[in-house]
Amino acid sequence: MLRATLRSVLSRKLRLVLSGLAVVLGVMFVAGAFVLTDTLGRSFDNLFTTVYAHTDVEVTAKPKVAVAEADGEQVPANLPAAAVADVLGVPGVADAYGLAMADGARVIGRDGKVVSSAGAPQFGTNWTDKDPTVHLREGSRAPAADTEVAMNAALAEAAGLAVGDQVGILTLAPKKTFTLVGIFGYDRDRDSIGGTHVVAFTEPVAQQLMLGEPGTYTSIQVTADDGVPDGTVRDRIAATLGDAYQVKTGEQAAAEQSANLKQFLTFFNNILLGFAGVALFVGVFLIVNTFSIIVAQRTRELALMRAVGANRRQIVGSVLLEALLIGVLASLLGLGAGIGVGGVMARLAASFGGDLELAGLGVPATAVIAAFTVGVLVTMVAALIPALRASRIPPMAALQEAATPDRPLTRITVIGAGVFAAGATTLGVGLSGVGDATLWTVLAGVLVSFVGVALLTPVIARPAVSLIGRLFSWSVPGKLGRLNSGRNPRRTAITAAALMVGIALITGVTTVLASATTSLTKIVNEAVQADLVISGLQTGPRPPTFDPAVLDRTAQLPGVEAVAGGSFDEALVDGDRTGVAAVSDMGALQRIAMLKPTAGRVDALADGQAALDADRAARDGITVGQTVTIQLSRGEPHTYTVTGIYARNEMIAGWLLPPSATRDFGIPQPVQAFVTVADGTPVPEVKAQVAALLADSPEVSVGDREEFVAQQTSDVDTVLVMIQVLLALAILIPMWTPCW
Amino acid sequence: MTPVAARAVDVWKVYGQGEAEVTALRGVTVELERGRFTAIMGPSGSGKSTLMHCLAGLDEVTRGEVYIGETRLAGLGDTGLTRLRRDQVGFVFQQFNLLPTLTAEENILLPLAIARRRPDPAWFTTVIETVGLGDRLSHRPSQLSGGQQQRVACARALITRPDVVFADEPTGNLDSRSGAEVLGFLRTSVRDFGQTIVMVTHDPNAASYADRVVFLADGAAVAELAGPTAESVLDTMKRLDALAAVA
Repeated sequence: MLRATLRSVLSRKLRLVLSGLAVVLGVMFVAGAFVLTDTLGRSFDNLFTTVYAHTDVEVTAKPKVAVAEADGEQVPANLPAAAVADVLGVPGVADAYGLAMADGARVIGRDGKVVSSAGAPQFGTNWTDKDPTVHLREGSRAPAADTEVAMNAALAEAAGLAVGDQVGILTLAPKKTFTLVGIFGYDRDRDSIGGTHVVAFTEPVAQQLMLGEPGTYTSIQVTADDGVPDGTVRDRIAATLGDAYQVKTGEQAAAEQSANLKQFLTFFNNILLGFAGVALFVGVFLIVNTFSIIVAQRTRELALMRAVGANRRQIVGSVLLEALLIGVLASLLGLGAGIGVGGVMARLAASFGGDLELAGLGVPATAVIAAFTVGVLVTMVAALIPALRASRIPPMAALQEAATPDRPLTRITVIGAGVFAAGATTLGVGLSGVGDATLWTVLAGVLVSFVGVALLTPVIARPAVSLIGRLFSWSVPGKLGRLNSGRNPRRTAITAAALMVGIALITGVTTVLASATTSLTKIVNEAVQADLVISGLQTGPRPPTFDPAVLDRTAQLPGVEAVAGGSFDEALVDGDRTGVAAVSDMGALQRIAMLKPTAGRVDALADGQAALDADRAARDGITVGQTVTIQLSRGEPHTYTVTGIYARNEMIAGWLLPPSATRDFGIPQPVQAFVTVADGTPVPEVKAQVAALLADSPEVSVGDREEFVAQQTSDVDTVLVMIQVLLALAILIPMWTPCW
Repeated sequence: MTPVAARAVDVWKVYGQGEAEVTALRGVTVELERGRFTAIMGPSGSGKSTLMHCLAGLDEVTRGEVYIGETRLAGLGDTGLTRLRRDQVGFVFQQFNLLPTLTAEENILLPLAIARRRPDPAWFTTVIETVGLGDRLSHRPSQLSGGQQQRVACARALITRPDVVFADEPTGNLDSRSGAEVLGFLRTSVRDFGQTIVMVTHDPNAASYADRVVFLADGAAVAELAGPTAESVLDTMKRLDALAAVA
């Protein structure tokens, strides 16, 4: 029996392997996701182990506003320089020094553009000769004056700079120009660690530009005396400094940073698993199709088996065994391809994110287990219905020439209608927004309705085919094709269903993304009267910013009516974390965004005043005249009085603060500005003038509303193309297999 | 043990309903003796194939009873019928129905493999010698002639030592020499091993190899011949045709 099945599989190996192609692709994505995550994860571990190699204990201050890695940038709190002396006094501490190091030192390269680190941090730090892994290259020296900087070799090369060059750098402050006096590398002659770009200033400059506060550090790096365990030193320092500090061993810090970075991998993982899902969904249809054909072809053979004593279970088993073999083979091929894809993607990601040193390719046990579980399970579940159909072949079929007649479509139609009705109901419930898991309800509804439609396809197939077929029936092949596809509506339907999945998915994704673009256009047109928008496309965790002086200078340009710029921060308002915006000119914003006050006034915000949208005010029970305590990323908590409540619109919502609040912002510089131009003044003229003002802020540009929408949605198009290519890969390639 | 290997008692078989109703068997009663070679003959549409299907448990009867040995077929259910086919019945088909991917030997042993039983080497050798396939065992069906394929099919039917072997027009697709060979060792297996064989045929020459011929016409058993020759079978058929013409 086993041998008969195996031989039968081998005799059809090409068709079976091809029908398994969708499963191969699905498994490939699954395995690739695991391999990628594992390889990059271990690379991150190695990276941070290197970074903390010479740090036994690290001291940081607790952040003022805790932000999860996935939600945005957390601004580390500054700790006073005096804390270094406290740490040095702790027994067991051999040495300790402060680092004023923060992300956001953007160097302007030779070409006048901000040098991209492709996602890796762009650190600005104080120069210290205490780090034994840092080595100045030949002809270099440490920055000694406040106008001098050093940078790591990777950054110098990317910027096209050499020792002696003048270099513009954007930090918390707008562009400042320095002299490059030193280029440094690391142990083993590396140009960068993990692709990071590092600029080293003198200590006071680093504190001012990177931390926004003189006399402070972001961390204290501690070396322990020989023979004293790191943990002991950590506990002693923690006891000395008290609760406001976080004290970790180097090992702990490395593990935590690595874990933070790994969260981003989850995102990649989910995308890959999404494509795996698509490929496998298509795979199910194709396998059902292939096995239905095989079972039909093998009718006499299976009937003979029944005639010589095989029971139903054996017939089901024989078909399922065939599916198992394909599943195992597809999983094996998919696993191999997945390891390759994961490896290539890890390499791409590593070179993309600067120069991450890649750990050896890792194939975790989970990848193997997931690959085989998914591949085998999907194949066998898909083959179950054809297998059950095979077991119903009567032994009589062995004696008859004609195949068993097609069963009536009544049952499948009734079931299909039922499933479709259930799916449509679920979809309706989901769309009406009742219940909590609306998105999931909608997704489930769509999926179930789809299966319902697929089940109904045989009924639709005959009339549809005859209608479409009429177009081609002038030719003999056309006529034959029409008759052939009408003859077996089940087969026609199941083949069409596989294609249906593909088209539905591509249409769905395109619709969602097109809707996003359309609604953004609508929002911008309806909610904002601005003639020009200053903004940049955010590509990393930090938003693009520009010099706040540009706002004043733009306002003074002839023909400019109003300018409203916004800076953004994460804050705790009465203890609840929320985003806040500081508006440069509230009066201008009110006119440009057509803000309507529902209580108080929103045409101006003085120091210590705040405005809030009506929805949020109602939710939190806030009224005009009330005071709230706001803790921003830096500094101490301040009390604000609510002076205005406005009706929210699509662009403006939430807490609005006066310009003075930016003092305590993590990134005080404006991210976006709206400009209105007086009637009669040509907009392009003003635009050119604003563009000139932005010369030193290369991260942003000025454009009219149309250009703004195009800029903000430019990555939507990229995403769309990527998704369509991957969907094509997952769907269309396996589609031609039934032709074999 | 009764001398009857299989019997049909007042078997009716009706296909379809209403206007499309066709009565294939009308009250057939027949007993097939153990250890004998019985041929069922009749013109096309006489119900001879239907009778065999009902006797073999491949088709359900509309009314009446069928027994194989002491086993009553009605109400056996799928499991019971499967066991019956596995242990008590063997088939030889007109189309040979070998699995194209298996060798001759594997095809012969297929029923035992399905039943997860070990072959009896002595019996295997005997069967192989009887059908004369010794040097062809490792060949695929596509590498064998029609006669050789049917001999493999016969060996497959004999290998389980069933109570009854049902052969459906076994020589229908063979030239006369190959047909004679197949019929020859079907008879040998009856004579030498006491195998019971029931064969459906419309060929008087094939029927002459049997110990007894049962004639069917219009769904009823109408005549019988013991120790037939090709001439006596032909004569009986002519007589039945004449009767039918009169009626």
